[in-house]
Amino acid sequence: MNCIIIDDETTARVIMNQLCSQVDDITILEEFPNAIQAIKYLNQNEVDLIFLDIHMPDFTGFDFIQTLKNPPKIILTTSDPNFAIEAFEYDCIVDYLVKPIHFARFEKAIQKARNATITNESPSTQSTPDQEATSDNHLYINIDRRLIKLEIPSIYLIEAKGDYINVKTEDKNYTVHSTLKKIEDKLPKDLFLKVHRSYVINVKKIIDIEDNSVLIKKDVVPVSRSNRPELMKRLNLL
Amino acid sequence: MEQPNHSYIDQLSAGNKAFKEKLISVIKEEFPEEKAIYLKNISAKNYKEAAENVHKIKHKISILGLEKSYEVARAFENNLKEEKTNLKDEFENILHVISEYLLTM
Repeated sequence: MNCIIIDDETTARVIMNQLCSQVDDITILEEFPNAIQAIKYLNQNEVDLIFLDIHMPDFTGFDFIQTLKNPPKIILTTSDPNFAIEAFEYDCIVDYLVKPIHFARFEKAIQKARNATITNESPSTQSTPDQEATSDNHLYINIDRRLIKLEIPSIYLIEAKGDYINVKTEDKNYTVHSTLKKIEDKLPKDLFLKVHRSYVINVKKIIDIEDNSVLIKKDVVPVSRSNRPELMKRLNLL
Repeated sequence: MEQPNHSYIDQLSAGNKAFKEKLISVIKEEFPEEKAIYLKNISAKNYKEAAENVHKIKHKISILGLEKSYEVARAFENNLKEEKTNLKDEFENILHVISEYLLTM
């Protein structure tokens, strides 16, 4: 099994490497001191198993799992036994190891990983962007190598600006290197609507509509002729 | 006062001297950094951050076979989450014992 280790503690990564070196069918491909580096790696590489620490600064192990669309098998490693119940709510988690990890217990976890088959077709593990967005009600955006969590209902407008999109929320605006199509796919269809080739709006936040534009907060957003019928259909007209 | 031991490290090393040396060297490097961050946070009354630091240090305490001290650290971590500092002196005594022990390794 090809594996990666994610743990912010060097000592823990050294120990995990030693434990893995004693098992023939385990290959450590990479190790990461934080989840964000691992996400970037997983965007381009496939692994069979992740040894994942829960307690990490900024981005916890559980936050990390929620960013994965088709997570591989995961063995959690932690000094805190209190997360065990939460851990088993995720189908991808095959075992939960409490530090300090002893080889006999580690071997058992590896055996569980070998036996576990994660069915990607299972509704609980495979989430379409819509399901992911609506069930969790939040979205992560990458800003300066940090993944920032946005509450989806707080987003009121997304504007395309070349290679970037401008995501406007109740509290703050974010410029993200992405496309309108990508974010549109991640947002719930009942709440968001593309009203123009450069704009997606949260229909619940519309203040008024006039001719070929809508007012959302202080932003006047153009509505293209082709998108206008769909917008009108969404409104609860008297 | 409970004293640290090599038992877990020896068991994990399974005779691999190079690994044992590497692990000890990493602990000797990482522990003082973690201790310093904890001391900074606790003196600044950043209790939430200090709880995170204690959580991280707990692993080193367990690696060094300090079972009773581990329980103290666990209780202290929970106290800090509630912004309570009882067990602070006891915990800092454990840090001192570990620092002294690492000098002998």
